[in-house]
Amino acid sequence: MTHSSNDNKNSNESWYPSELELQRQKVRSQQSRKRIAIATSSSVLVLGGLVLFIISSPGWELFKQTYFDIEYGIEVLPIVAKGITTNIRLTIIASILITILALLLALARTSKAAALTPFRILATVYVDIFRGVPLLLVILLVGFGVPALGIRGLTGNVLVLGTLAVVLTYSAYVAEVFRSGILSIHPSQRAAARSLGLTQAQAMRYVILPQAIRRVIPPLLNDLVALIKDTGLVSILGVIDAVRAAQIQTSKTFNYTPYIVAAILFLMITIPLTRITDRALQKSIAQQNSQGTT
Amino acid sequence: MRPVLSIEKVRKSFGQNTVLGEVSLQVPEHTATVLIGASGSGKSTLLRCINLLEQIDDGAIYLDEKEITSPLVNVDEARMRMGIVFQSFNLFPHMRVIDNITLAPIKVHKVKKEQARAEAKILLEKFGLLDKAEEFPDRLSGGQQQRVAIIRSIATHPRALLLDEITSALDPVLVNEVLAAITELKQEGMTMVIATHEMNFAHQVANEVCFLHNGFIAERGPAAQVLQDPQDIRTKEFLRKVSLN
Ligand SMILES: Nc1ncnc2c1ncn2[C@@H]1O[C@H](COP(=O)(O)OP(=O)(O)OP(=O)(O)O)[C@@H](O)[C@H]1O
Ligand SMILES: [Mg+2]
Repeated sequence: MTHSSNDNKNSNESWYPSELELQRQKVRSQQSRKRIAIATSSSVLVLGGLVLFIISSPGWELFKQTYFDIEYGIEVLPIVAKGITTNIRLTIIASILITILALLLALARTSKAAALTPFRILATVYVDIFRGVPLLLVILLVGFGVPALGIRGLTGNVLVLGTLAVVLTYSAYVAEVFRSGILSIHPSQRAAARSLGLTQAQAMRYVILPQAIRRVIPPLLNDLVALIKDTGLVSILGVIDAVRAAQIQTSKTFNYTPYIVAAILFLMITIPLTRITDRALQKSIAQQNSQGTT
Repeated sequence: MRPVLSIEKVRKSFGQNTVLGEVSLQVPEHTATVLIGASGSGKSTLLRCINLLEQIDDGAIYLDEKEITSPLVNVDEARMRMGIVFQSFNLFPHMRVIDNITLAPIKVHKVKKEQARAEAKILLEKFGLLDKAEEFPDRLSGGQQQRVAIIRSIATHPRALLLDEITSALDPVLVNEVLAAITELKQEGMTMVIATHEMNFAHQVANEVCFLHNGFIAERGPAAQVLQDPQDIRTKEFLRKVSLN
């Protein structure tokens, strides 16, 4: 069987834009210049007005000294920066554990195998509980409750306990993200895989899950940003992270600049991540649109 | 000749809606049986039942004289010996064309990766798609995607191939390239059950044509007879309507 491909290439060497098209281009560029001008002047007006309003308020000088003391800020920067490495380490370790636990939970909840029924029930209960309890409460319960049990071998290390609490809560959230991704894959994909003779597990492993994970990357990145911020909560157990380090400094001088320093350090991590998330979201939307209904 | 597929008094309903009532059909080796009938007459449902994607309510289906509708039969093993191609291709969008084709041979039939790829390339070559081996499905035209789906389902050397209106999502030019591929398979002796609205194609490829009406086989016989000299009034009516379009 032969399928001839045609080799005609569209040739457009002799094409010049028409008078009409040139005219259109001119109008379009005029329009866009006008839009830029409006956007710039309105931004200057609104933002400039806001700054002027704050600076001219009566308490501004005092406010500046207690929150934006630049010299003091530079002085505490190394201490707070050392603290934030704890947040980063905690985030890295926790996100690995969360991903594994959440995947297992999502697979247990979406499986139909009879043998997995008890796991399905356990997973559902687990997700219901840890999604419904505030993270701060879980941190307190694990951080103070587990050592109180006095079981030998269970560590009294607050950093480990704090990480554990974060993992418990976030794996419940992330499991739901994975589950929604799995459920969003059209049943015809599973049917196609099964009709080729793949088992339930193989269809999940090679066909459903890879597509599901791709689809949930944007919401997962969102959760990662939230996770980074929430690692600050473990400071309540006495872990010296960025928040705790700033708090210690502030309590010595009653100047709040260290908090601002900590906030800026968090932003330096979360803002780029947010941008990456946006990018990933746009990409995945474009991909789904181009795939149509296949 | 012993039939590859034997369908005996199969019934299937969805709730109150009886979609198949006592359908019986034998498909001998190296022959093609074409199912025709109005929309909703049960063609897709019958193919899905044969592929065990739906559970039948009564009757039995035999593949090489073994009852595959028995609850004791391993569904995956039975499906391994059949191929099915759907109207909507259902290629795996995250895998390259070649990986779509070799997934089942490698994971299900335990063929060595190198060998599976070599065999896939032979098939791609035969269907004029060798240059698309490393593309992702969404970069292919509808007709190319459907040919990949066909290759994917024959790469496991099925005993029977089930085709469910594989051209109805395609425009006329693409229809022909897909139908040419099926005709080629027919000549090589593939046993097939085909649901289609393309009467010319039915005529060309069918050994037997079955006209389904509301879940019953109203008429069956050699292609030339059923399509050109139908006996049943409902078949006549259907063919008249189809030829008007
Ligand atoms: N999963 C399902 N649940 C409920 N009803 C269904 C289901 N699948 C099919 N049906 C019904 O079964 C009947 C036959 O459908 P089927 O898809 O087999 O028809 P068909 O002959 O393939 O039609 P077409 O030519 O339009 O593809 C229809 O009335 C349809 O509504
Ligand atoms: Mg159909």
